[in-house]
Amino acid sequence: MNVTVKTPATVVHRPTAHDSAAKHVSGNADYVDDLKSPDGTLHAYLGLSQRAHAKVKRLDLSKVWQAPGVVAVLTSADVPGVNDISPVGKHDDPIFSDSEVQFFGQPMFAVVAHTRDQARRAAKLAEVDYEDLPAALSIDEAIAAGSELVTEPLTLKRGDVEAGMKGAPHVLSGEMVIGGQEHFYLEGHVAMAIPGEDEDVTVFSSTQHPSEVQHMVAHALGVKSASVTVNIRRMGGGFGGKETQANLFAAVAAIAAKHTGQAVKIRPDRDDDMTATGKRHDFKATYKVGFDDNGKIHAVDATFAANAGFSADLSGPVSDRALFHADNAYFFPAVHLNSLPLKTNTVSNTAFRGFGGPQGLIGGERMIEEIAYALGMDPLDVRKANFYGIGERNVTPYHQEVTDNIVARLVEDLEQSSDYRARRQTIIDFNARGGVIRKGIALTPVKFGISFTATWYNQAGALVHVYRDGSVHLNHGGTEMGQGLNIKVAQVVADEFGLTLDDVKITATNTDKVPNTSATAASSGSDLNAMAAADACRQIKSRLAEYVAEKYGEPASDVTFENGAVMLRNHHLDWQTIVSEAYMARIHLSAAGYYKTPGIHWDRNKGQGRPFYYFAYGASVSEVSIDTLTGEYQVDRVDILHDVGKSLNPAVDLGQVEGGFIQGMGWLTTEELKWNDKGMLTTHAPSTYKIPLASDVPRVFNVRLAEWSENVERTIRRSKAVGEPPLMLAVSVVEALSMAVASVANYKVCPRLNTPVTPERVLMAVTRLSAEGPSE
Amino acid sequence: MAVRNTVRFWLNDELVELDKLGPAETLLDFLRLDRKLRGTKEGCAEGDCGACTVLVGRLNGDNLIYETVNACIRFVASLDGCHVVSVEHLSASGTLNVVQQAMVDQHGSQCGFCTPGIVMSLYQLWMENPNPDDLVIEQALQGNLCRCTGYAPIVRAAKSAAEQGGQAADALVAMRDETINRLKDLRDGARVEIDGPGGKLVLPADVDDLAALLSEHPKATIVAGATDVGLWVTKFMRDIAPAVFIGHLDQLKSIAVGPDSVTIGAGVSYSAFWPVVREKLPQLDLFWSRIGGQQVRNMGTIGGNIANGSPIGDTPPALIALGAAITLRKGDKRRFVPLEEFFIAYGKQDREPGEFVESVSIPYPDAGDHFAVYKISKRRDEDISALCGAFRISLDDEGKVASARIAFGGMAATPKRAKAVEMALVGQSWTAETVAVALDRFDADFQPISDMRASAEYRALSAKNLLRRFHLETTGQQVQLSRGAA
Repeated sequence: MNVTVKTPATVVHRPTAHDSAAKHVSGNADYVDDLKSPDGTLHAYLGLSQRAHAKVKRLDLSKVWQAPGVVAVLTSADVPGVNDISPVGKHDDPIFSDSEVQFFGQPMFAVVAHTRDQARRAAKLAEVDYEDLPAALSIDEAIAAGSELVTEPLTLKRGDVEAGMKGAPHVLSGEMVIGGQEHFYLEGHVAMAIPGEDEDVTVFSSTQHPSEVQHMVAHALGVKSASVTVNIRRMGGGFGGKETQANLFAAVAAIAAKHTGQAVKIRPDRDDDMTATGKRHDFKATYKVGFDDNGKIHAVDATFAANAGFSADLSGPVSDRALFHADNAYFFPAVHLNSLPLKTNTVSNTAFRGFGGPQGLIGGERMIEEIAYALGMDPLDVRKANFYGIGERNVTPYHQEVTDNIVARLVEDLEQSSDYRARRQTIIDFNARGGVIRKGIALTPVKFGISFTATWYNQAGALVHVYRDGSVHLNHGGTEMGQGLNIKVAQVVADEFGLTLDDVKITATNTDKVPNTSATAASSGSDLNAMAAADACRQIKSRLAEYVAEKYGEPASDVTFENGAVMLRNHHLDWQTIVSEAYMARIHLSAAGYYKTPGIHWDRNKGQGRPFYYFAYGASVSEVSIDTLTGEYQVDRVDILHDVGKSLNPAVDLGQVEGGFIQGMGWLTTEELKWNDKGMLTTHAPSTYKIPLASDVPRVFNVRLAEWSENVERTIRRSKAVGEPPLMLAVSVVEALSMAVASVANYKVCPRLNTPVTPERVLMAVTRLSAEGPSE
Repeated sequence: MAVRNTVRFWLNDELVELDKLGPAETLLDFLRLDRKLRGTKEGCAEGDCGACTVLVGRLNGDNLIYETVNACIRFVASLDGCHVVSVEHLSASGTLNVVQQAMVDQHGSQCGFCTPGIVMSLYQLWMENPNPDDLVIEQALQGNLCRCTGYAPIVRAAKSAAEQGGQAADALVAMRDETINRLKDLRDGARVEIDGPGGKLVLPADVDDLAALLSEHPKATIVAGATDVGLWVTKFMRDIAPAVFIGHLDQLKSIAVGPDSVTIGAGVSYSAFWPVVREKLPQLDLFWSRIGGQQVRNMGTIGGNIANGSPIGDTPPALIALGAAITLRKGDKRRFVPLEEFFIAYGKQDREPGEFVESVSIPYPDAGDHFAVYKISKRRDEDISALCGAFRISLDDEGKVASARIAFGGMAATPKRAKAVEMALVGQSWTAETVAVALDRFDADFQPISDMRASAEYRALSAKNLLRRFHLETTGQQVQLSRGAA
């Protein structure tokens, strides 16, 4: 039997468009708020605390009840199960506050009405008497007040730090304040719960972690997890902001749905979303570094204090990951790192692309910068002096050996392609003319550890069905938030079966298809889920191969699947026909795939292990101009070289690198979270919270993937994770701004810019350095 | 006078006629909740993110102009006589149009939530400008936030679509004459009046009718571009009834370019005025590109920017420095007020109940005057001023300052002149020394506050430095950053 060739031999490693692209551009991609809702769907809205820390003396909801259209008002007393959604089992994260509120914006109650507008208006009518309690609103206030830690801190130790400092020709210490960041997913939080028979409920939730939503809803309802189904086709952005923060909205929708017997949707407005849900942690890094005349580091002693907010949430692993990345790409011969996840009276900070890693990394890079200014060196030379070695000087502060180090090659490549040295000299000459406009340039690397440090999270499942017509139904535990996970997994599945992408149907993530999934987070989505899906495909292929082999009396090991055909020696068998025959022969055409990352282990108490399967690398060169009269600046040119291993989809990966860089640039430049003295977030909408625009993108933006790279570990098709690492490429923007500022004091003083580096911070630093530093 | 009790407009290919309409109903809610057209998204409900961008076509004389607007803060009532185009219309034929296909080919979407709005902005650009450069593309995208892509592929898509062309075959372009006829048919010169849910809305038949209506309802909310009133509704849930809509009044859109000044109706949008800026007030061109985003410039009016009285409105400092004046009208009575006297205190303007801003008269700087306006904000584009300074001086033959008008926004409770600074300059040689002396006078003029946009210290320091910048620029030095085309 002959078949026609349907596609080229492989669909992986190709720059295929996002599977939903045509739907995105035509407005036909459904997000949770777009789903057709059942008749009589009600709408819930949250009533939020107006105090940062207070006893609730009286909560009078009678006017809320009386408002037009109101069907129900729910408080902590109406939670049928446990009034808690702590994702780490600490019982410190109530759905509704009870006798005490712990941050400005904490949900106190929910009102359910016929329309969202009615519910939203009614939610403003609560009458509350508070009795204020002492509130710690910042890291400094928390330290001053001796605030408790929300979780056990982590210590990483290797070598003799005291001796290292003593033996170092230079010792320098300082601190850096690193601002937080709002996720600003364009689609805000939203959930719709539909009550079913018995204890059942189905929740459509914009979540990166449907299994956790399922468990939290069950917990809140006091029912078994098996009664709860969670579904998500796509999110309008997540970035970590929907890893745990979706739990609240899903739980409230489910409680309201079971309470009223109707479907209930909840969607906060942007201001409430930004006020009531967690953000990237702001940090304060305090460091001491010993080094020699060549800029080589002898010892590092640093503490990373994190503003955890009022509850633990993920602050433990986030502050752990800060420590894991304080070394970035550098070998510290002796090192002592501490985390300090401080409890404060702000919203509970949470996961955000990089998960503490960026804060640790920029703290580490600040030490490099300090050394460079202290010694009058090009910071790139300090970097090179301290890069991890290959086969030596390659042990991290957490005692994992770096065995896949490509940072030197990557940086060398970028240094040449960006013409870094010559441009730096041109800039120094330009600045020497002493004009109002000054320039800066910096090259910074990224090394990012891939795997959840919670080792058990490194597992995934997939469910693949082949139907009698040969069509393939693909389901896995990962969620699509725009990162292109589904298309990557579909490419792998199509390739495994030798089919086209058209043959593979991508379906919504659903807890009743793949159970006990991990969050789509830690950049792990395709590493884990594509492997699980490939496993499912191989099970089905193996059964089909045995069937075909038996039929033709040839060995099953010779059967291959390519170009829409099942091939065995000289037999070219049409896929559809074989599938149909196999069904008639009672071959099982469905499989649950599974994968767990090999070789990783982590002992947090000892601070030792191999938490990461491998590392992803990257480097960037940023050139900026600043206006020394106003502090205004622009990023003129950026060159990036980034390592994604052997890319599953170069177009998707390039998009992650470009987008991650710009998001990181926003974090470090214009995105400033401000709270007033009452603990209220005052930058709670895009009018006041400024993420980058198209006109903030560097005019010259050269982004390359390191095509020569291939993962040394046996990851899916030797690719590497890409979600988080590129965000940290933006550190070079900060350092370039720093250089421009430093020029006003002839580069003798490290400007020690805190982030975000707003125009105001630039001007104030220029003013400070002009006063303190040597004249030009 | 004829009175009609319905609002009529075209939505894609359908004539919509509404008789039960509230004044505060937004176009976004109408599309999503009423018409179940859910391609248009809500990202912020305050006109800042652009996820809700749609096109509104309206007749300007006999021309049909399509502009991007934020559906979240555009009231349905204001659409009378318009053609609303939502994203669903672009591929109604079953195939993606050029812009949509370019977005797919260039990987311009990731999560896809901002994408319909981005597509609408790029589509409008593609229709109107077949050959846009980088700056023009960025300006078209100033009102659209994307959190995933970093914009690079979106800009590539805009270029790719421009290269492909094909506008003539576009459905909306091909339908232009037909649409003009459809919209002309809706023009009946009637006053529109509806008592709907949430109260009364009126679209006066003309400016005289407006004057009469406001005399009758002195507490009515006047809605022009709704870039501020829209937020009263979506953010603060304020009751705006009775609401009098004026955005449709052609008389308020007049632009009379004279030899020494230009007089504009209060309903002239930033976009409509931009060509005059380029020709007559070129010193304001760059600044103009930093007012809101494209959608806000299309909707917002200069009259509204003045009447709303905000201390951080974009245009008042420049207009005060130019010596602009406004005409206030109540009934048949008009009075002429220098703009700087209009702003009395925070939230208080020299406007009586029933009175409205009818026109704005803006003198050009004299030949030889030095004039500049500088806006300082956290993000360069589509941001609200931390402070904004406008400077205008004339020099005499000896190089001494003959006159000075300096005004700031963001430095006080109202847009305000820096009179002490002006006094320190006038009669002095225009030198760095004079400027240095004048800098000390800023503290007499302004005691700025700290807020989420900037600290008091930064405002005070950068305000002074803007005078230094102004001086340096008048000496011919290049001291500002410029984002040129690639």
